[in-house]
Formats: sequence, C-alpha cells, structure tokens
Amino acid sequence: MTTQAKIHDDAALTIEQVEAQVQDRQARHQLRARTSAVIYPIMTVIGTLAAWEIVARAFAIPTFLLPAPSAIVASLVEHTGLLLKHGWVTTVEIVLGYLLSIVVGVPLALAIFMSPAFSRSVLPLLVSSQAMPKVAVAPLLLVWFGFGLLPKVLIAFLIAFFPIVISMAVGLASIEPEKIYLARSMGLGAAATFFKIRLPSALPSIFGGLKISITLAVVGAVVGEFVGGDAGLGYLLMVANGNIDTPLLFAGIIALTVQGVVFYVLVELAERLAIPRQTAANAAVLGLA
Amino acid sequence: MTAEPFIRLRNVRKVYRSQGTEFLAVSDVTMDVSEGELISLVGPSGCGKTTVLKILAGLHDADGGTIRIGNARTPFDPARDIGMVFQQALLLKWRTVLDNVLLPAEIVGLPMKASRSRARDLLNLVGLAGYEDKYPQQLSGGMQQRTAIARAFIHDPKLILMDEPFGALDALTRDQLVLDLQRLWNETRMTVMFITHSVAEAVFLSDRVIVMTPRPGQLDRIIDIELPRPRTLAMRESPEFNAYNRQILDLFLARGVLRES
Repeated sequence: MTTQAKIHDDAALTIEQVEAQVQDRQARHQLRARTSAVIYPIMTVIGTLAAWEIVARAFAIPTFLLPAPSAIVASLVEHTGLLLKHGWVTTVEIVLGYLLSIVVGVPLALAIFMSPAFSRSVLPLLVSSQAMPKVAVAPLLLVWFGFGLLPKVLIAFLIAFFPIVISMAVGLASIEPEKIYLARSMGLGAAATFFKIRLPSALPSIFGGLKISITLAVVGAVVGEFVGGDAGLGYLLMVANGNIDTPLLFAGIIALTVQGVVFYVLVELAERLAIPRQTAANAAVLGLA
Repeated sequence: MTAEPFIRLRNVRKVYRSQGTEFLAVSDVTMDVSEGELISLVGPSGCGKTTVLKILAGLHDADGGTIRIGNARTPFDPARDIGMVFQQALLLKWRTVLDNVLLPAEIVGLPMKASRSRARDLLNLVGLAGYEDKYPQQLSGGMQQRTAIARAFIHDPKLILMDEPFGALDALTRDQLVLDLQRLWNETRMTVMFITHSVAEAVFLSDRVIVMTPRPGQLDRIIDIELPRPRTLAMRESPEFNAYNRQILDLFLARGVLRES
C-alpha cells in the first residue's frame, strides 16, 4: 500500500474505530506491563540470591559475618515456631498501635480541619513533636509503663499517627472551592456536603497517610522491643545479636519484612474496597495497573 | 417583555473585605430578566460578573440593594431551583457519568427511576449517548463539561447559572457546546444566565447581552439581540451579527477595557 493510500485509509476510519484501536493497543500494553511487573522483580531477587550464595561459598565467608541464603533458609525452618511466637507478639503491638493512631488521628484531623483556632494552637506543637526522635522517648515510656505491651503500643502510635493527621487534614481542605459552591447551589447542607462530596474526595489522600502509617507502626513496635522487651521479633533480633547467631538475625529481619508487607497489602486492600475507581486511576498514573 | 420579571435586581452592591482593605466588586446593578430568557453577562476579568452570579445563586450575600427571584406565577426555591455550571466540570471521580448527572436529582429527592431516564435523554441531547457508564477520568475535557451541563438541567431548575462554562475548552469544542447549549435551551426554555469573556459567544446565544465594565463592576449597557432562532454558525458571518459584535467592542474601546494603539 502506498503512503498516500494508507493515509486515505486512516482517514476513512470512523472516530469509533480509531477509539477501539486505541483501547485495544492500551489493553495489550497493560497486559505486557502487568506481566513484567511480576516477572522483573522475581528475576532480580533470584539473581541476587544466587550471586550471594556463590560469593559466600566461593570466598568461604564466615557465617557470623554473612551467612549464605541457604543457611538463612535453614535457620528460618529450624526456628519457625520461635519466629511465629514472637511474630504474634509484635503483630498485636502493631495492630493496637495502628488502631490507636487511627482512633486519635482521625478526630484530630477533623478538629484541625474544622477549627482554625484549634489548628493554629495544636498544629505547630504537633509538627515540632515530630522533629523529636521517638526512639529517644522510648526509655521514658518504659520508666512510666514498664516492660509490658503498653509502651510498645504507645511508641508505635507516636511514630505512626502523624501521617494520618496530616494527610487527612490536607485531603479534606484541598477540594476545589467550586465543588462546595456547586453543592450549596443544589441546596446540600453542611453535613451532607461533607459526607457526600468532601470526605470521598479526601479518601485517596487519607489512604496515602494510612499506608505510610502502617509501615511506621511496624518500626515503632520493633523500636519498643529493642529498648526493653522480653518478647517480640525486635527482642528476638537482640537475642540473636547477643549470641552472634547471624542466620537467625537474618531470619528475624525476613519475618519482620514479610509482616510489614502483609500489613501494607491489607491496608491497600481496604483502599481498593473503599475507592475502587480512584485506586485504579492512581495505579495507572504510577504505571502499576 | 412579559408582565412580571422572573429576576429583579435593584441597585445591588457587593463589597469584598480582606485584611482591612475594601474592594467594591459590583455597584448599582439593576436588571430585570423575564422567564425563559437567555441572558449573557460579558466583560473583562474583574468586572464583577461572577459576583453577580454568586449573589443570584445565594452563595454570596449582597451588601446593598434588593434581589428577588421568582414571581407569582413561578415561585422560586433557592434550595432546588438552581442549576450551576462552572468553568471546571467538577464531576465526582467515583461516580459514573450517569450518576454524576443524577446527583442534583438525588439531593433534591426526585424519584430515581424517572430521573434516570431523563438523565439519559439529557446525555443524548449533549451528544453523550453511550457514555453513561464511563467515569469522568475516561472523558475528554469537552465531554466532562457536557456532563456538567446535563447535570445542571436534570432537576428541572428554574434558573441555570453558567460561569464561563466553555472557558477552558478549545475553539472547536466550544463551538459545538454553544450549539448544544442552544438546543438544550430551546427544548427546555429555562431561564439561563450565562457569563463569558467571548463577545461572539454572548451575541450568538443570547436574547440580551449585558455588558459590564470594571472598577467598580457595573452594568454598562443592555443590548437586545434580535437575530432569528435557532442561530446557525453561518449567521456569525452576517452583517447583523457583526454589527452587534462591533457595538460591544466599541463599548470596551470607549471604556478603556480594550486599547487599539
């Protein structure tokens, strides 16, 4: 076909046909992107582990310095019961700390959004409190609340609640003013405007904060266990460190990582249930769809 | 003009205050609009067009003068009888096109089944048949704005207020939407108050064009457009059409809104 004829041919397509072609091309592109999103990271992990194993064996690196992946797997298998037991303790701390963050953070964000006076008097304190390293406060909490569950939950909460507050307050405030005008011109009351338009508009931002917070809650719980605990994965890491049991140290780190990822995925699932359309749209922007 | 006007503004005045300074946004705005009229407000930025619209919508209170909407024959309830269109479509991302159009019907509490079929008719009128179940992000800017226009008409409001609804669109889409709006208005004969920067758009659409000039924003002149309806694109080349254009542009030149040298 000559170029001339081809152009003529294209011009003869109706707009619907062009649209269909574009959609088809996008669908194929998405499928490719989705497959590579799974395969590429798996290949990277396998490659890295193989190189690690080879290097550890070839140079006979002492296990206490850098155990080979096979040694770590062996430790994981050997200590499964121990890891599960301590992992459960940490899980309870994370969940309680995270729930406390939500229970405190959401009303705080609402108050900051609704009352400029409250915002002015509390927000600067809140922001400066975030500059303070929470790890430094951990010993104090231990003095006050002992070695039990409570100080760990409180540290997780202290580290995790701030993103919830900020993302929710910003999300609520960042709606176009015209949308509020539109609602008012339809005769929608203040409360109905909030629940029908403002809150749903803020949900993507709120979930952004919730996702940051869950990873921070994991950090908080472990920090609490480091400082003073008799159980939990953080405590197990300290013990393994003391015994120079480096494979167990790695196994503990892996357990913590898995735990963090599972929690993150759970929050993301909640997001998908709450705002299916927008999650899909955001994922498309990030190239994750 | 028929007996009793639908909208009656007398010496309306609005002052904005911010950080101790006062700014007279509109002053001495007086006009009557009869039912079923399509009126345009044209003028440069800052001439108070949007302020007049917001006062009519009940979003701002006037600082002086009287405002009355509705008359004995057609009572007016500000909570349900206004449809608004802004420069942005302002659609809700989590609702389909159809559900976005249905939002006012839902808020006002109309029976949903009848509203749904009316929404389909409206979408059909603005050329969006087949897009009912799409989401706003999947539409072009022009299509989003069409959805917003359909939304403004869904609950049969008695007054449609449009604040530069085509301002963010390309010229071709604009032409199409102006034609769509004319058709929609022709079928419904609602009272429409339309704000625009475009003199040609105002002349093309309106029964009357209200020319506003800034500092302070006030009505300069009200021009009756006596072109036959429905108006066609070809009419834009006609001497009558151009005479109206010229008249308004001359007014802007005389007021220093436009400068030729």
